[in-house]
Amino acid sequence: MQVPAPFTYERAGSVDEALSLLGRYGPEARLVAGGHSLLPMMKLRLARPEALVDINGLAELDYIRVDGDHLAIGAMTRHAAVLESPLLSEHYRIFAEAERVIADPLVRNRGTVGGSLCQADPSEDLSAVFAALRGEVVIRSTGGVRRVPMREFHVGPYETAVGDGEILVEVRVPIRTSVGSAYEKVERRAGDWSIAAAGAFVVLDGDRISDVGLGITAVGAEHFTCAEAEAALVGAQPDDEAVEAAAAICASSCNPTVDQRGPEDYKRHLVSVLVARALRRSIAVARVGSSRGVED
Amino acid sequence: MTATETPSPDTLTSPAGNPLGFGRMLRKEDARFVRGQGHYVDDLVLPGMLHGAILRSSYAHAKIVSIDTSAAEAHPKVKAVITGKTLEGLNLAWMPTLSGDVVAVLATDKVRFQGQEVAFVIAEDEYSARDALELIEVEYEPLPAVVDARHALDPDAPVIRDDLEGRTDNHIYDWEAGDAAACDEVFANAEVVVAEDMIYPRVHPAPMETCGAVAHMDKVTGKLTIWTTTQAPHAHRTIYALVAGLPEQKIQVISPDIGGGFGNKVGIYPGYVLAIVGSIVTGVPVKWVEDRSENLMSTSFARDYHMHGEIAATRDGKILGLRVNVLADHGAFNGVAQPTKFPAGFFHVFTGSYDYPAAHCKVTAVYTNKALGGVAYACSFRITEAVYLVERMVNCLAFELGMDPAELRMKNLLRPEQFPYTSPTGWVYDSGNYPRALEEAMRIAGYDELRAEQAKRREEAAKPGADPSAPLMGIGISFFTEAVGAGPRKHMDILGLGMADGCELRLHPTGKAQLRLSVQTQGQGHETTFAQIVSHVIGIPPEDIEVIHGDTDNTPFGLGTYGSRSTPVSGAAAAVAAQRVKEKAKVIAAAALECSVEDLEWEHGRWYVKGDHAAGKTMAEIAMAAHSSLELPEGVEGHLDASVVYNPPNLTYPFGAYICVVDVDPQTGAVKVRRFIAVDDCGPRINPMIVEGQVHGGLADGVGMALMEVIAFDSDGNNLGGSFMDYLLPTSMECPSWELGETVTPSPHHPIGVKGVGESATVGSPPAVVNAVLDALQIRAADMPFTPAVTWRALQGRPIRPDLAIE
Ligand SMILES: Cc1cc2nc3c(=O)[nH]c(=O)nc-3n(C[C@H](O)[C@H](O)[C@H](O)COP(=O)(O)OP(=O)(O)OC[C@H]3O[C@@H](n4cnc5c(N)ncnc54)[C@H](O)[C@@H]3O)c2cc1C
Repeated sequence: MQVPAPFTYERAGSVDEALSLLGRYGPEARLVAGGHSLLPMMKLRLARPEALVDINGLAELDYIRVDGDHLAIGAMTRHAAVLESPLLSEHYRIFAEAERVIADPLVRNRGTVGGSLCQADPSEDLSAVFAALRGEVVIRSTGGVRRVPMREFHVGPYETAVGDGEILVEVRVPIRTSVGSAYEKVERRAGDWSIAAAGAFVVLDGDRISDVGLGITAVGAEHFTCAEAEAALVGAQPDDEAVEAAAAICASSCNPTVDQRGPEDYKRHLVSVLVARALRRSIAVARVGSSRGVED
Repeated sequence: MTATETPSPDTLTSPAGNPLGFGRMLRKEDARFVRGQGHYVDDLVLPGMLHGAILRSSYAHAKIVSIDTSAAEAHPKVKAVITGKTLEGLNLAWMPTLSGDVVAVLATDKVRFQGQEVAFVIAEDEYSARDALELIEVEYEPLPAVVDARHALDPDAPVIRDDLEGRTDNHIYDWEAGDAAACDEVFANAEVVVAEDMIYPRVHPAPMETCGAVAHMDKVTGKLTIWTTTQAPHAHRTIYALVAGLPEQKIQVISPDIGGGFGNKVGIYPGYVLAIVGSIVTGVPVKWVEDRSENLMSTSFARDYHMHGEIAATRDGKILGLRVNVLADHGAFNGVAQPTKFPAGFFHVFTGSYDYPAAHCKVTAVYTNKALGGVAYACSFRITEAVYLVERMVNCLAFELGMDPAELRMKNLLRPEQFPYTSPTGWVYDSGNYPRALEEAMRIAGYDELRAEQAKRREEAAKPGADPSAPLMGIGISFFTEAVGAGPRKHMDILGLGMADGCELRLHPTGKAQLRLSVQTQGQGHETTFAQIVSHVIGIPPEDIEVIHGDTDNTPFGLGTYGSRSTPVSGAAAAVAAQRVKEKAKVIAAAALECSVEDLEWEHGRWYVKGDHAAGKTMAEIAMAAHSSLELPEGVEGHLDASVVYNPPNLTYPFGAYICVVDVDPQTGAVKVRRFIAVDDCGPRINPMIVEGQVHGGLADGVGMALMEVIAFDSDGNNLGGSFMDYLLPTSMECPSWELGETVTPSPHHPIGVKGVGESATVGSPPAVVNAVLDALQIRAADMPFTPAVTWRALQGRPIRPDLAIE
């Protein structure tokens, strides 16, 4: 059995209590949400927190709701809830499409949105989803609340804007109309991390793309996106030429590492294929004028 | 339904509704497993038990300069720290492997693979034992590692085994089979010769339960009891006696419920020996159970064969000969588990299921800085590699000839009238009707329609403006013949122990029976299958037959469960024991009925007087009579039991025809297995449900090996498959709904005609999947596993070598 190094354990009953426990134990304390990233790292002794603050009891952070012109997702929302949320699906198919291929049902039943983002694994799928949608995160500390755009949230592999003594409490996504979105991932096996994955949303205004977002994971795309490709798409006609050009920009501008999932040329190629597919399907959905009604 | 040559299946049922013999019934052992009441090694808790953990090498090749255990020893919960030095004092630092080599129990001079055992900590609990591992300071002097087997024999390659006197290279052995000269002649005159290189990469059996042991040396009685994850408890007992110099009558090996073996639990691992040493040192029981990464990195791998095949044929597709050169990567110690006279296992059945005169193979084995092992993962002693080779070569030939691979196979399959058939490398195939099996698979698959669909899709794809993402459809066939059920003992032994199995059947006075087996189940359903074998012969209900196994004090000697040998060997022993009980019952029935033995006739479960059906005795009545005051004839002892040692006259040769259909995404390289048709012939099916379960598992294994499983190493010798995040096993998502079929060709020499089936699908399925992928890509060759990257690169004509780190 792989066993973690010794640690103390505290269970928080509220966000405030969690914050005060973080304060009490200092920088060597870690929050534990679903534990599906943190516990494996602790078992391998790659992570050695001195104290764990368990936030699984924080029902106050478990919600998916409309908040004005945004969708608001609480940090303790489980992957499974995102997958099954009619509200999210009504607005963006990208959520269910991504969640369907994140890990396996066991992990999805426990793993949380907040944990996924804060883990900041370079292959995290939700990082690409929220980057594509230009979401923002809400971070709380004893000092108050601050908001950070998703595209400024990751400061490096496994590093985020969440500082010591802070908790990510919510993720927010603007609601858009005439929008289509999609997620495409290739993995070696169900439950494996992406070799590469790409998500997109497209807003159409007549025969032009008026707004677009791209999310790319597992291939070292800066901030899990590709602003250059997005810029090339805005104002363009949603045709093959535009799609292929944007996909090519994504493929050349990402920075994949070579590992047993594949060599660099393949990963770049895969990015272009997946970006193109995600864009095409997003466009098809947007054309219908609704996020529903078009099957894969 | 398919034609069958066996007598109609046993149709009578027991009071519990089970067949009185062969037929479908729920597994008796599942009553405990589905309740979570199985009892595995790690469930065992003994009073005062301590816990061991192993410090392992992080280097693949390094000199050990020093080991400082003082900080670990100072840990308040640590009871002892054992190093190679401690073991040297006990003459236990090295132990023999199953292949005549030696392996370090704990490294003394050098570490030779990443994950090798360096020190053993014994503590009050497993957490403290693990914590203390971090307190041990080992100073290493790293050495260059030999990673690529193809460079192991380079003149400047570092010598891995400098512990062996006079060693100057990494060569282990050269071994040959077949007739090289005859082969050369055939090849020189052949119209067509196709050559191909292929790698069967290193994979791992990865059983659900990792390996472990609880050892208890009773200081007062001098008895050693070891509960351990072993597929061969009796062989282990003898080896412990030989290695540790302990008296064999004082060693009891108990193999409780085992969570999968697949060959992983045949050998003796340092951890088992360390638990024993730990118990001797501390005087209390010591438990050691490895974690997943330890299992993947240090215990028996499988395969790792680099093969060069050449096939000769006429232009119209008559195969004339096959020759093979193999470079076998054995890791840092030669620890392959196989019969002594067969250093390459049964690889030389590589001639497969076809009729041709000339064959030759040469196998060269080398040391590399990798874990030892070799024969494992349900491979029937390297028949997996053999079948892969021949089935790939036949496909390469079909590719070159532009011939349908089914047609080419049909043209060359052995014909039923050729059995018993002596192969060019000396195997005597017992029975078979190969064309019938292939026809059946093609019928289930709808082979012609599949080819028509494929042709249509290819035509569509060739049209201008075709969808570039349209899947490429591929159809792959494999036909396999296995040789399972080792011995005969005169040809086959492991460490001098002949491969024959004992078995004891005892009927209690009330007619309930106990059957004692030497083999040990790891999930195959022995408790059910063997009860059904006895029921089939003597007609008492399977639920009345308790199968006892996995405890050397309470079962007769035998070589264990691997190489699909349980049913062919121990199953025969059980059938023979039951026949003997039946014959003895006849004598006792005659005495009870006061008639002559010749007057008795048998109906299932009962002897009765010819012509007077009412005058008879059931087995239960006879069992009671056998234990009663009834006077028995001269020379007939009381009680009703039999004890048998079964020495198989030959192996059994199960076979099958498999067809796989895949769809490949040409843009991403992702492979989807659309269909898999498996027609197996393992002779009569004792419990068809269990047989199907074995086939399902093996097919999943095959999909895994063909599409994702591999243990690769980087240039420093780091193991790149050391966790289930890296070593991928297939899930239900990658498996189609299996389509099974059967034909039944009994083995003529087996008492109940059955052949083993435990490994058939693992052996037979990988080439079917690989042939299908390559058919989809319309290329002749590329190496598995076909992960999306490997597939895409193969399609680009720039294949990736799967056994090395991707660059
Ligand atoms: C087998 C397996 C397969 C997986 N496959 C995928 C996959 O395909 N794609 C994918 O994207 N992910 C995958 N994952 C990862 C998984 O989706 C997430 O990493 C995991 O669910 C993280 O969420 P958690 O709630 O379990 O986080 P935890 O493990 O509890 O925490 C992760 C980190 O986030 C911190 N944290 C958690 N919550 C907060 C918070 N509210 N505020 C601040 N910090 C916080 C913790 O302190 C910790 O450092 C896989 C995981 C496993 C085990």
